[in-house]
Amino acid sequence: MKAFALIIVILCAGLLIYGTSDFPPWSDPESPASTHVSPYYIEHTIEDTSVPNIVTSVLADYRGFDTMFETIVIFTAGIACFFLLRVTKREDHESRLYHHLVTGVTLRIKEGGKLPDESEEFRRVDTEWVPYSLIIKITCRLIVPFIMLFALYVIAHGHHSPGGGFQGGVIIGAAMILFAISNDLRAAILRLSEKMATFFCSAGVFIYAGTGLLCLLLGLNFLDYGALAKILFTDPVTARSHGILAVEIGVGIAVMGVVVSIYYNLSSAGKHDEGL
Amino acid sequence: MNWQIEFIILTMVIILGIGAITVKDLLGAGILFGAYSFMMCLLWAIMGAVDVAFTEASVGAGVSTVFFISAVFRTTRGTKD
Repeated sequence: MKAFALIIVILCAGLLIYGTSDFPPWSDPESPASTHVSPYYIEHTIEDTSVPNIVTSVLADYRGFDTMFETIVIFTAGIACFFLLRVTKREDHESRLYHHLVTGVTLRIKEGGKLPDESEEFRRVDTEWVPYSLIIKITCRLIVPFIMLFALYVIAHGHHSPGGGFQGGVIIGAAMILFAISNDLRAAILRLSEKMATFFCSAGVFIYAGTGLLCLLLGLNFLDYGALAKILFTDPVTARSHGILAVEIGVGIAVMGVVVSIYYNLSSAGKHDEGL
Repeated sequence: MNWQIEFIILTMVIILGIGAITVKDLLGAGILFGAYSFMMCLLWAIMGAVDVAFTEASVGAGVSTVFFISAVFRTTRGTKD
């Protein structure tokens, strides 16, 4: 069976490699991909949208529908992870470990036992793996705000440099995951609760679709940001630039929420109790 | 662009890709996959697709590796086959 699978894989790979011989050479100006719409994008981006980064204007303006449904795909991935993994909390807790800070003793409290209050004396620790290092904790605590600031820069500066809502959102989510790994999952959930993360998922999609709908209400096509000029009191070209920014912020919020909520569900096996 | 660097990175991509599907340890497979994503990111950057490289670096090498590792942490490290 394995040999049969190997033969099929080699055959498919051979066909694919044979297929590449039909491709136009790399960066060929005569190739079909760079003769029809690409010259239009390259020549008209500045006068249409006043955005120097052509990739951003193509993603968020010329092909806004495409990006909107990409965002919805990410949203669906987050919701699917939630439905697959999330389990509701049981009434009686499983066995937990508590660290008594004064004496340095670790207590195991079995199922159904009385739990100590979360106080100065008792600190709850994970049962399977206890990552505790003061250096890692403090260093990550110091780095996280700067990573988030960089992510905001990536979102806001997507018009001029590589980056945009998707990358910025992933970086904010990664900063939150770094915080959850270096401290523990409960500390991260205390800062950004599950409800809030799920709210961000849908709020991002809502901002994107809402911007499109606003354009429709103002009398132009769906996602035609030129219509926003009426409420922003600018010319249509600047309005397109601002519309792209609004959409990028929506994508960023959605992606951030999805990344964080997938991590919460995956690392705690859906219990949101003890994580990586 | 000097072709030697491209050649080295492409070879690394192939080796890491084969390694990621053949290695028995799932944690190792996850880490190899992260390294593979990083090499792909370098390849995108060389080809001039900086936005794609940025996405690959943040999603492929960053977040998806974390997802793989947390999934391995909650299941088992070894494979049956």
